[in-house]
Amino acid sequence: MMQSPTKYLAHKGWHQTAVIAIIGGIYVFGSWALDFNNLNGLIAVPKAFAWLGINFKPTANSMTYLPRIWQKLIQTVLLAISSTVVAAFVAIFVALLGSKVTGVNAFVQTIVRGIASFFRNIPLVAWSMILLFAFKQSDFTGFLALLLMSVGYLIRAFMEIIEDEASETMLALKATGASYFQVIFQAVLPQILPSILSWILYMIENNVRDATLVGILTGTGIGFIFDIYYKSFRFDAAGMTVLAIIIVVIALETISNQIRRVIL
Amino acid sequence: MINSEEKIIQKPKNPRSPQIKLHEKSLSRTMIFVVFISLVLITGYTLTHLDTAGVKVNVAFRELAMTLNQMFLQPNAGTDGVPLLLQALASSVMLSILTTIIGAVFGFLFAVLASKNLTNAYLGAGIRVVMAIVRAIPTIIWALIFSIVCGLGSTAAILGLSFHSIAYLTKAYSESIEGIDKSTIESLKVTGAKFWVIVFQAIWPTIVASFVSWTFIRLEINFANAIAVGAAAGAGGIGYQLFVVSGMSFDFHETGFIVYLVILVTFVLEFIAVKIRQFYLNR
Repeated sequence: MMQSPTKYLAHKGWHQTAVIAIIGGIYVFGSWALDFNNLNGLIAVPKAFAWLGINFKPTANSMTYLPRIWQKLIQTVLLAISSTVVAAFVAIFVALLGSKVTGVNAFVQTIVRGIASFFRNIPLVAWSMILLFAFKQSDFTGFLALLLMSVGYLIRAFMEIIEDEASETMLALKATGASYFQVIFQAVLPQILPSILSWILYMIENNVRDATLVGILTGTGIGFIFDIYYKSFRFDAAGMTVLAIIIVVIALETISNQIRRVIL
Repeated sequence: MINSEEKIIQKPKNPRSPQIKLHEKSLSRTMIFVVFISLVLITGYTLTHLDTAGVKVNVAFRELAMTLNQMFLQPNAGTDGVPLLLQALASSVMLSILTTIIGAVFGFLFAVLASKNLTNAYLGAGIRVVMAIVRAIPTIIWALIFSIVCGLGSTAAILGLSFHSIAYLTKAYSESIEGIDKSTIESLKVTGAKFWVIVFQAIWPTIVASFVSWTFIRLEINFANAIAVGAAAGAGGIGYQLFVVSGMSFDFHETGFIVYLVILVTFVLEFIAVKIRQFYLNR
């Protein structure tokens, strides 16, 4: 049905106003429900930065913390990398079983999807605390928490990659009479390798950030050391830790972007 | 005579087909190989040097199995009761919605100012660098920093979550904006349209679908972050309850109940996101 332009514009305007009103309403209700004073919040931002400028400023003394911070940070990055790699190794096989293109059958596909989204949606806090209870305060706890979280994410990502990129290859090679494993190992895996690597790199960056949270909860790595400095009011050392995190995360991001530019 | 004939009829050589190259040697393949090998080596090194703090791994796994059994097969609302938990859950959901709205509004403004095809290079580069730094700091650290200035509570949590959301969404939106064909913007500039007219009449309608997708992705991330901030920065909500029952009172039945509640909410969020995305894509 054709509408006259004025009518169309009037309808469009009405629609936009309604959406904005609903979102605004949710915002106002949310502020009230959470007891969030918008004005105070706004004032707090410059105050927070002024406070940061004074307290987080590294002093001559804070240089002495640097070796310890650096050691913990490297340890955290190593944990993030190893948990991602192990998760990717598990996830690629599960994704091959569960994707619509290479999967076994509809039943297995549904099961795999269910498991993946279950693992993904269990909060990292819950994983950390359960694992802390069983494995105590050790690096292994942090490793397992990151691993279990990453597996869920990577299974979903890899399944989507296989379905997007390899469905035509799969059909074409099946037509030549190649066996299932020949198709998987000679065509599907080599084809999706660049995208998979790109996701692994993304997951590593993400895990370095998440490791901070896991560290605060389970007493490992960089999160733990930040928590100690922060709670004992050694803010110059805490500031140093944040600075070190910024440098490492941005460095990782830059390296991954460079790698992506070459492989994709 | 016979000798010369032998010379003429040469013995057939082994038929040798030219070597078929299955893979083109390229920088890309080498790079993939090198990166994979280094990642595997790093993993191998880390796993062999992992500090397990003297915990017997098989005993710990048995204990873990018991805990998981209590969590997932025998969940109950525990001492806190269902109403309190639902209230905490609602406040976490509200927190994530609120911070996503703040993130979307400011994120869009900054994205417009940071996109290479809209503004001058220096302003864009400046915003991108600041956002990269803000993004590099984990949400939980932002929340802890703000909790010193505003005290523990929702204000610190909201500011902490918003900061990371703004930086994340600025990057996501500006990538969508930079995908717009330059000629669209150029032709509008020629007609004398003002900057914000171009933004709201040309850019906004073009990116609205990807805007909605990214915003909902961030909403899901923010819900996870709201739980994390509640637990590690004491900002309340379901995350705080989760922290207390799993780390202080060790009531794993209740932990399981809370985890199920959280999973339920993420499923609902995902469902809504899919529906709204379909609506905007089919328009």
